Amino acid sequence: MSAMLLALFLVFGQLSLMAVGGANAVVPEMLRMVVNEHGWMTAAEFTALFAIAQSAPGPNVLIASLVGWQMASLPGAAISLIGICGPSSILSFYVAKLWQRFRDYRLCHAIQRGFAPLSIGLVLGGAWLLAGIANTGWSAWLLCAVSALIAWRTSLHPLWLLGAGAVAGLLGWV
Amino acid sequence: METHNIPTRRELFTGFFGIGIIGFGGVLPLVHHMLVLRKGWLTDAEFTELLGLGQILPGPNVVNLSVAVGGRFHGASGALLAFSGLLLAPFCIAMLLVSLYQQYRGLPALQQVLAGLAPAATGLIFGMGLRLAARLERSSWCIALAVATFVAIGLLHWPLLPLLLVMVPLAVTLAWHLQKEPT
Repeated sequence: MSAMLLALFLVFGQLSLMAVGGANAVVPEMLRMVVNEHGWMTAAEFTALFAIAQSAPGPNVLIASLVGWQMASLPGAAISLIGICGPSSILSFYVAKLWQRFRDYRLCHAIQRGFAPLSIGLVLGGAWLLAGIANTGWSAWLLCAVSALIAWRTSLHPLWLLGAGAVAGLLGWV
Repeated sequence: METHNIPTRRELFTGFFGIGIIGFGGVLPLVHHMLVLRKGWLTDAEFTELLGLGQILPGPNVVNLSVAVGGRFHGASGALLAFSGLLLAPFCIAMLLVSLYQQYRGLPALQQVLAGLAPAATGLIFGMGLRLAARLERSSWCIALAVATFVAIGLLHWPLLPLLLVMVPLAVTLAWHLQKEPT
């Protein structure tokens, strides 16, 4: 049990420091570690957990606590959440303090500009990878595309899109 | 000089708790609404700057932002309160959902719901990525880096850490040398 908790903490602690561009950027890497490297679950099980995490309120990091729950119930969930938030939070606490002093330096501007395209590539690449697993047929791809289009062009509340997806699934359209 | 409302520690916790509990899909617009418009803890410029910082640092952006805001007003204890306020309710709700899922995962109806939920959820991420991409600097190096990262992760399935070790220095070097064209 405690070996599993340690393994969870190490996996999510690493992901925490790699998550440039937010938690969604490391979802593919999480999948690779959890499914291929550790063999904790199948890709389909991981995708189901991802869908559940997306339908809970709050930041997208919850996927980590769901994987932790699957492996080691409540302690696993708590350790995984602390793992994925802890290292990056401590870093951002100290960097936010330093930034106040150094923000006008040229290097800081270069960092800000240089990271922007990377985080966009990470988010879209991750979405593409997930889509390959989540979208099992042409109707799922269509649903995914419509949801993407509406989320991009309008400010409709995401819950409507998730609800529409759930209903479409329940009716057997997907 | 603009005047600030300085939140107490309790207000930090309850403010972020309120965001966590209603923030479905993505909480960023809600955070902006609360911090700048409703409570006046930050100005728009300060918000943009702290958010930019949260985005370039690793970790969940909104969590980083909550830590930076809490820390700015009340140091480490403020950061901890904002952080736990933000995550407490979503954590409990996610635990509830996943235990329901484990109990009823055999039900065909639940499988069907998830089969529809997953593509819609993935679409939301595409939508957010496209929104960000539309605001990206229109220079060839920026677009090339974004496309290269997309291909490496999405199509070639490369592991993230070695990729970042190459891309981050490259991106910062390019941004340093290629000045923005004066407009």
